[in-house]
Amino acid sequence: MDRVKRTLAPYLLVLPGGLWLVVFFAVPMATMVSLSLQEGDVVNGFVFTGHWQNYVESLADYQTQLIRSLVYGAVTSFVLIVLAFPVAYWIAFYGGRRKATYLFLILLPFFVSFVLRTISWRMLLTDDGVLLHPLKEAGILPGDFQVLGSATAVIAGLVYSFLPFMVLPIYVALERIDPRVVEAARDLYASPVSSFTKVIFPLALPGVFAGVLMTFVPASSDYVNSELLGSSETTMIGQVIQSKFLSNSDYPSASALSFTLMAVLLVGIFVYARALGTEDVMKVAAR
Amino acid sequence: MTTPPSTPAAHPAIEFAGVRKDYISHGEAVPAVKSLDLAIGQGEFFSLLGPSGCGKTTTMRMIAGFEEPTAGKVFLDGKDVTGVAPNKRDVNMVFQSYALFPHLTVQQNVAFGLERRKIAKDEIKRRVGEMLEIVSLTGMERRQPKEMSGGQQQRVALARALVNHPRALLLDEPLGALDLKLRQQMQIELKRIQREVGITFVYVTHDQGEALTMSDRIAVMNGGLIEQLGSPRDIYERPATRFVAGFIGTSNIIDGNVSWSDQGYAVLDKGPGERVVVPVPGGVAVGRNIEVSIRPEKIDLHRTIPAEVTGSLLSGVVSEVVYHGTSTNYTVVTSAGTDFVVFDQNAHDAEDVASRGERVFLTWAPQHSYPIGV
Repeated sequence: MDRVKRTLAPYLLVLPGGLWLVVFFAVPMATMVSLSLQEGDVVNGFVFTGHWQNYVESLADYQTQLIRSLVYGAVTSFVLIVLAFPVAYWIAFYGGRRKATYLFLILLPFFVSFVLRTISWRMLLTDDGVLLHPLKEAGILPGDFQVLGSATAVIAGLVYSFLPFMVLPIYVALERIDPRVVEAARDLYASPVSSFTKVIFPLALPGVFAGVLMTFVPASSDYVNSELLGSSETTMIGQVIQSKFLSNSDYPSASALSFTLMAVLLVGIFVYARALGTEDVMKVAAR
Repeated sequence: MTTPPSTPAAHPAIEFAGVRKDYISHGEAVPAVKSLDLAIGQGEFFSLLGPSGCGKTTTMRMIAGFEEPTAGKVFLDGKDVTGVAPNKRDVNMVFQSYALFPHLTVQQNVAFGLERRKIAKDEIKRRVGEMLEIVSLTGMERRQPKEMSGGQQQRVALARALVNHPRALLLDEPLGALDLKLRQQMQIELKRIQREVGITFVYVTHDQGEALTMSDRIAVMNGGLIEQLGSPRDIYERPATRFVAGFIGTSNIIDGNVSWSDQGYAVLDKGPGERVVVPVPGGVAVGRNIEVSIRPEKIDLHRTIPAEVTGSLLSGVVSEVVYHGTSTNYTVVTSAGTDFVVFDQNAHDAEDVASRGERVFLTWAPQHSYPIGV
């Protein structure tokens, strides 16, 4: 009897979470797959056809937005690496006893609602807002200068939204570096610059890798930043999907687009992981 | 290894002149090294020995350039290197936990220093190969540090430093993480490698046994100062201070007033027929209180009073007998009031062993008494 219990225990433990996933993830996913292969409209009802038509059409219609989203996601991740690395480096190596406090400060803005923060950004970046108005008054910027509605504004918003997700993994990777390994590099004739490029950065790469995974995916599929800070010129695929679902009730093409985006991201990440798997990255950097 | 670095012996390899090092802690200067004047010779195996916090690691880190003296100067080969960055100093270090580059292979670890110095590729390959042979790691070039045992990682760390032919090799408790057997084996190996390459070794350790076995000279440090500087034999047999006597091996220390002094010998009277005879080449005034150190293995333990005694004699009662294989260690409470430890070689029959509570007599030759600080 005991043995049976012991054998069953792990499965029983997994059961609640597993059920949750089946009901709220697997079932909707299956429904969506089926939806994406249907035809029709809300009034006359949808009919399952099993045709890939929706995929072909929506990809043809919205490839601009899809590519734009991927580019925004990639630029966001890159800018994040540039911004987050020095911050993480400073906290890890110079944070002293206050490391936890600094990390908390990085997270602090995220206790405020996501939408509210993005709206605040909108107010900051408005044509005659607190940021641009004084600069225009001082003659530093021309009077018709605009940020809001541009790709810059959207990417700035995305970068701001995902900053902690880049800082934290890089911080963890840097924090794990034995300071004596860095001293060893200096001892072996490495200048401060080459001890960074040859030792610190390669050892922090797993963190950068994780940071990119954690920011590229949500940034590419984000729809709030472009909605609030962008214009029709910056429409991202997330916005398209959202409006198809909620405004146009065109469920089949919305589902098809969702799966296209998911497939593209999965393939992208798979290629990225294969090409730049942490071990290989370090070997490349070591050369 | 082709040629050991030959330099004019005019300059010591490493020199400290009036060095002091303070750390700032809570706004206050705490001295780690109080005052250091020291010259380490070319090709010497030199040990800095002391308990933790004695300043030995700080001293070594000042040679490497990881710490700068608060006052005074550090010289390498006669050149003032105070304030010179670590990467511009011709010394290399073997770190306590090895500090190997975890993302590099053995080959890349060992080649690291040579690559930074822009040595030609074939030359690097040749020298790394040679070095790996010296430390018996040939064939492991492509391994990652994490795939190696502690002893092997230790050898990589050694090879990585030595391959650069530094002016001096600094070793910071390099054997601390190894088990006893391996440690003893590496001690012999380190000594062999040092002879082979002829480079000055500066060895930091808190293990007195290690320092005694390997060093040409030892500096015993305590509280940021050198307590004694000398050969292992000097330090062991003629400890200059009570601290050295206690820190290096086991010492019996007995004090008393000089009751008689003549011809370079002094006698401390310790009751009827009992005395401590001690050589004092410079002479000492009668009545002065002195401390005498006697090593446990120099003392003979007798179960009956010996007929003729030329040196010291004390009597006492055995309070502890510990069998150690090669020797039996006795603790004897002497009538003079001090506990004595005696190491008796197990050269004789088992029934000749004194037992707990037995009255015994301790004797030793005059030259085995050593006066501290006289």
